[in-house]
Amino acid sequence: MSDIVLEVRGITKRFPGVLANDQVDLTLRQGEILALLGENGAGKSTLMNIVYGLYHPDEGELLVKGQAVKLNGPRDAIGRGIGMVHQHFQLIPVMTVAENVVLGEEVVRAGGVLDRAKAEQRVRDLSHQYGLEVDPAAIIEELPVGTQQRVEIVKALYRKAEILILDEPTAVLTPQEGEELFAIMRELAARGVSIIFISHKLKEVLAVATRIMVMRAGRVVGEAEPAEATEASLASMMVGRDVILQVPKAPAKPGDVVLHVDALTALDDRKHQAVSGVSFEVRAGEILGIAGVQGNGQTELVEVLTGLRASGGGRVTIGGRDLTHATARDYTLAGGAHIPEDRHRYGMVLQYTVADNLVLNYYFQAPFARGLQVNQPAVDANAVQQVKAFDIRTPTIDTRGGSLSGGNQQKVVVAREVSRPIKLLIASQPTRGLDVGSIEYIHRQIVVQRDAGCAVLLVSAELDEIMALSDRIAVMYKGQILATLAAADATREQLGLLMAGVH
Amino acid sequence: MDPVIIAAVLSSALRQSTPISLGALSGLFCERSGVINIGIEGMMLMAAFTGFVASAVTGNIFLAILVAVLTGMLMALFHGWLSIQFKVDQIISGTVINILAVGLTGYFYTRNLTTQGKLEPIALPGLSQIPIIGRVLFDNPPITYLALVLVFVAHFVLFHTRWGLRLRAVGEHPRAADTLGINVIWMRYANVVIGGALAGLAGAFLTLEAVGSFERGMTNGRGFISLAVMIFGKWTPLGAWAGALLFGFTNALQTQLQFSGLGSVIPHQFVGMLPYLLTIIVLAGFVGRARPPAAVGQPYTKE
Repeated sequence: MSDIVLEVRGITKRFPGVLANDQVDLTLRQGEILALLGENGAGKSTLMNIVYGLYHPDEGELLVKGQAVKLNGPRDAIGRGIGMVHQHFQLIPVMTVAENVVLGEEVVRAGGVLDRAKAEQRVRDLSHQYGLEVDPAAIIEELPVGTQQRVEIVKALYRKAEILILDEPTAVLTPQEGEELFAIMRELAARGVSIIFISHKLKEVLAVATRIMVMRAGRVVGEAEPAEATEASLASMMVGRDVILQVPKAPAKPGDVVLHVDALTALDDRKHQAVSGVSFEVRAGEILGIAGVQGNGQTELVEVLTGLRASGGGRVTIGGRDLTHATARDYTLAGGAHIPEDRHRYGMVLQYTVADNLVLNYYFQAPFARGLQVNQPAVDANAVQQVKAFDIRTPTIDTRGGSLSGGNQQKVVVAREVSRPIKLLIASQPTRGLDVGSIEYIHRQIVVQRDAGCAVLLVSAELDEIMALSDRIAVMYKGQILATLAAADATREQLGLLMAGVH
Repeated sequence: MDPVIIAAVLSSALRQSTPISLGALSGLFCERSGVINIGIEGMMLMAAFTGFVASAVTGNIFLAILVAVLTGMLMALFHGWLSIQFKVDQIISGTVINILAVGLTGYFYTRNLTTQGKLEPIALPGLSQIPIIGRVLFDNPPITYLALVLVFVAHFVLFHTRWGLRLRAVGEHPRAADTLGINVIWMRYANVVIGGALAGLAGAFLTLEAVGSFERGMTNGRGFISLAVMIFGKWTPLGAWAGALLFGFTNALQTQLQFSGLGSVIPHQFVGMLPYLLTIIVLAGFVGRARPPAAVGQPYTKE
């Protein structure tokens, strides 16, 4: 078969404590869009970094167009016609599109003087040829994310890439930008470019791929044709068991009011009114979901409740105690737990170990503190216990939090927040950016907390998540709660209209 | 005002701005590649000293300039070795250079060393006859001319050549540059050493062109003023040059004001503060809007 452009044979790659790739085989034919599907940590990115020359495999070989190659870095890969668009763009924000495209292989006149006009023309030609609209003179940082991604693709094509690897390309895109990207991918494939597309999102894999390969725990566990596969069949292949996309839960048994919010107001960072007189209550043993398009005051509301932002007026009580002007520590001591929306900035300290991250909220109390000292044996013992209880996949408890996958980082946050007696759990975008397996796990934990008698306030921009978990749903729009509905009565259409401000 | 005085103030302004311009260009090449260089002061001082000694010993003033420039390059190589290779904090590494220079020059300084004079002005035929401008621009000693040319050369190199594009890329986003096959470590070394050469030239200006002798601590904060001026110029050669001229001008003005008898009304110390006050005001007013290279101060480690 002469149309095989890339072949991976028996690749094995070990990292300390992890077998990232285990005897992986893969073939890529010209003009196909091969989706590499798997959960975070399944070994997709490792495999692609090997193909792109960033890692050396411990075993196995790589064939490009039937020829065995040894890649000593991205430069070799580029030379073989392999291009990669990383999840985090490798673009220089202050430079122009053309400068970014030609960097490293500049168009120059005698004496190393840049020929800007010619460079811009080359970019224009490429964008014309492949239907990738970009303005070569535009400054990168002024472009929307979707356009920046196109620049990355142009960059690869400029280097004559025939094999294009896209690492989680839709993670940073809006749904509309995602659709545009898929159109571009189909166009490229039609022109003979072969694409490997890394993803953990089932819908988009089914929408764009011509063939699907599923990885789990470093191995290839199956292949599928999009025409024959379903979301459910792919999900169970990915996770290795049947996945329940909707977590089962019994009807709520609401108890006493735990969180009481009365006419609360708050300003955002630019000193504009973000929360304008919000009132609601959450009872023990129920989940109140706050739905709404992002940026309608949910972030500020959660920050005021958890002591991270000053309130502008109104009253907040938790278990009868006035916590309107509470600090984050007051909130914690009052029995409040918080899963913040940005786990990197507020959820954990990336430089700290998993063990230290697991006690960030309670390190100053026994048994973790002994006078002014940290009781390290207690911290470590706690970590060992939590890692086991919450199935946190980490090589050791002394591994830096930042080196874990997103799903495991979130498990660390959840483990820390719910592993002590709590009255109230505030979870903000708790599954953003996570894979199906982790989402299911986090959802289960939230329901477990509810059933244990905890009051839960769930804030999410994902309507599916709100509808799957909530007992009551409040819709927030422009800093106000427009309506509160019983989850059993709420319909998607009704909530969608409320989210758009229609009522 | 008397045209003679105007010409005198302007030409003094240009002369005063020369070491500042060169120092700022030195900082530019370093910082644009991602390495902070607060050691400019020390590089200047050290070069001023070795240049002076070379001139006194050999009597060859051009050889002395070469020695000064090489001294700057060597100091910069040391800075690079510490901060690029061993990833020592760049501020610490720069401070090491400054302290080293003060210590070494102070220790080896001998009072009775003299030279056969200094670099003299060269009047460009014809051009120097133009009223006022001629005297200010076209009747200067060699390093002053060279500094003027270097401002424009630096601008061209930074923004219109392959070298400049890669240099800026390395200072903004070294990882991106690395994935495109640019050798980040080499680019940083090379540009820090270029910066050292420019600081060395500034040192040569002080002893070999402006004063003709060496004194302890004679750089007198010019290295730091250079950095301020570079920031004022938003990390561009032309902007930095404008800043250096402004500083040079207030300095010249200050001298003139003291001569003019104003010194009897206002204590001369206050008039002497002028250029430094201006530096503070200008920095306070402009720095907020300037944006340094994104990766400045961060050592680069390959994955």
